Amino acid sequence: MEKGTYRVKTGFAEMFKGGVIMDVTTAEQARVAEEAGAVAVMALERVPADIRAAGGVARMADPKKIKEIQAAVSIPVMAKVRIGHIAEARILEALGVDFIDESEVLTPADPFHHIDKWQFKVPFVCGCRDLGEAARRISEGAAMIRTKGEAGTGNVVEAVRHMRILNDQIRRLSGMSRAELATYGKELGAPVEVLELIQEQGRLPVVNFAAGGIATPADAALMRLLGADGVFVGSGIFKSEDPEKRAKAIVLACTHYDDPQLLAEVSAGLGEAMPGLAIEEIPERELMQHR
Amino acid sequence: MTIGVLAVQGDVREHLRVLDRLGATGRPVLRPEHLHGLAGIVLPGGESTAMWRIMARDGLAEPLGQALREGLPAFGTCAGMVLLAREITNWPERFFGVIDIAVERNATGRQVDSFATVVSADGLGEVPAVFIRAPLVRRVGSGVEVLARLGDQPVMVRQGSLLASSFHPELTGDVRVHEYFLALCR
Repeated sequence: MEKGTYRVKTGFAEMFKGGVIMDVTTAEQARVAEEAGAVAVMALERVPADIRAAGGVARMADPKKIKEIQAAVSIPVMAKVRIGHIAEARILEALGVDFIDESEVLTPADPFHHIDKWQFKVPFVCGCRDLGEAARRISEGAAMIRTKGEAGTGNVVEAVRHMRILNDQIRRLSGMSRAELATYGKELGAPVEVLELIQEQGRLPVVNFAAGGIATPADAALMRLLGADGVFVGSGIFKSEDPEKRAKAIVLACTHYDDPQLLAEVSAGLGEAMPGLAIEEIPERELMQHR
Repeated sequence: MTIGVLAVQGDVREHLRVLDRLGATGRPVLRPEHLHGLAGIVLPGGESTAMWRIMARDGLAEPLGQALREGLPAFGTCAGMVLLAREITNWPERFFGVIDIAVERNATGRQVDSFATVVSADGLGEVPAVFIRAPLVRRVGSGVEVLARLGDQPVMVRQGSLLASSFHPELTGDVRVHEYFLALCR
């Protein structure tokens, strides 16, 4: 019996496809997410919009909070660790968290390295802005990838940018010789073995979700149209006027992303979306995606 | 032969790939009209609550339930097994309820306890099996045949042309369980 193998980790990620993973900060919100049809919840101390507003150092959530959320729902519970924070990751693994997000939304703990994810039984998801970043995270053992976008902004433009760049770079691999791959790998900072795998499959070898700034059913549909296997919604649900209604609408939109009639129906009368932020108005040093 | 794969959420692509390898035509099922002319349907792995909530709201649950009650052959893996079970011991609802078994959701525990192993299936021999937060069968009705066990726990069952497994044969590269299902669809 093999536990925590790469196949068991990536296989689990395949089960999320077509689904919505929602940030929650309380057991009550977790129940709302489950009832709305979320495929998993992300247990957090604060949603990204509040982390951005609060400033300071953002850390792993209180284990007490994570346990409360685990007790409240039957769907998988994910949680975030700071980039490179091996000890936080071990704590989450010990708590039985189902998936760890090594996330730029929290304040990075290691200025040099990401976590060596091969050393863990629990699977990890990591953010990326381009193919180089995706390939590096995969070579470190990430079992799932997501775009970084710009979390807590309610502005989808960065998630779109990262998905477009990723798609474009994957397309460029087709037809490259080994020598060309090696050179391109150097340019991207990507391990050539991972690029070979991506070239062979014409896609990332792991599930790829979209995250960062998704606030409406149409945003979720847009990311699916661009090839995302599913979406993470952070602040977009519980910072909106009617979280229950919006959560259900985003779930349906994620499944029926190519059915404009249905998208029109579910987008109607949702109340105010979360307040949005223009990316140009955020000082460069406060952008989470560069972490 | 056209076999549907319920495509509201889950590992749809993996099932379609196996069906393709076996020479069947796979069809993602998202809307009621996709049910027409199917010889059978696969209910994939994923989250059973999510799949059910989506189907209940977009209008697919009713016609699919009707088709299952009228005898459409079906194969549920993991969440798909939960969707087909008559009773769920640790959840207040039941979903399609067409196979006379009681299952416990997430009975193998959290993801750190998920595992890959080999199970011995009747007529198929040793089959590689991936169990992910898997349901286990706690009660088996009289018309239900147990095809494979893990220890003393039933993990693959058949009731007429309805098949269900706790595990994911679609993640292993071994096509025999699907082949067995296609024979039930003929």
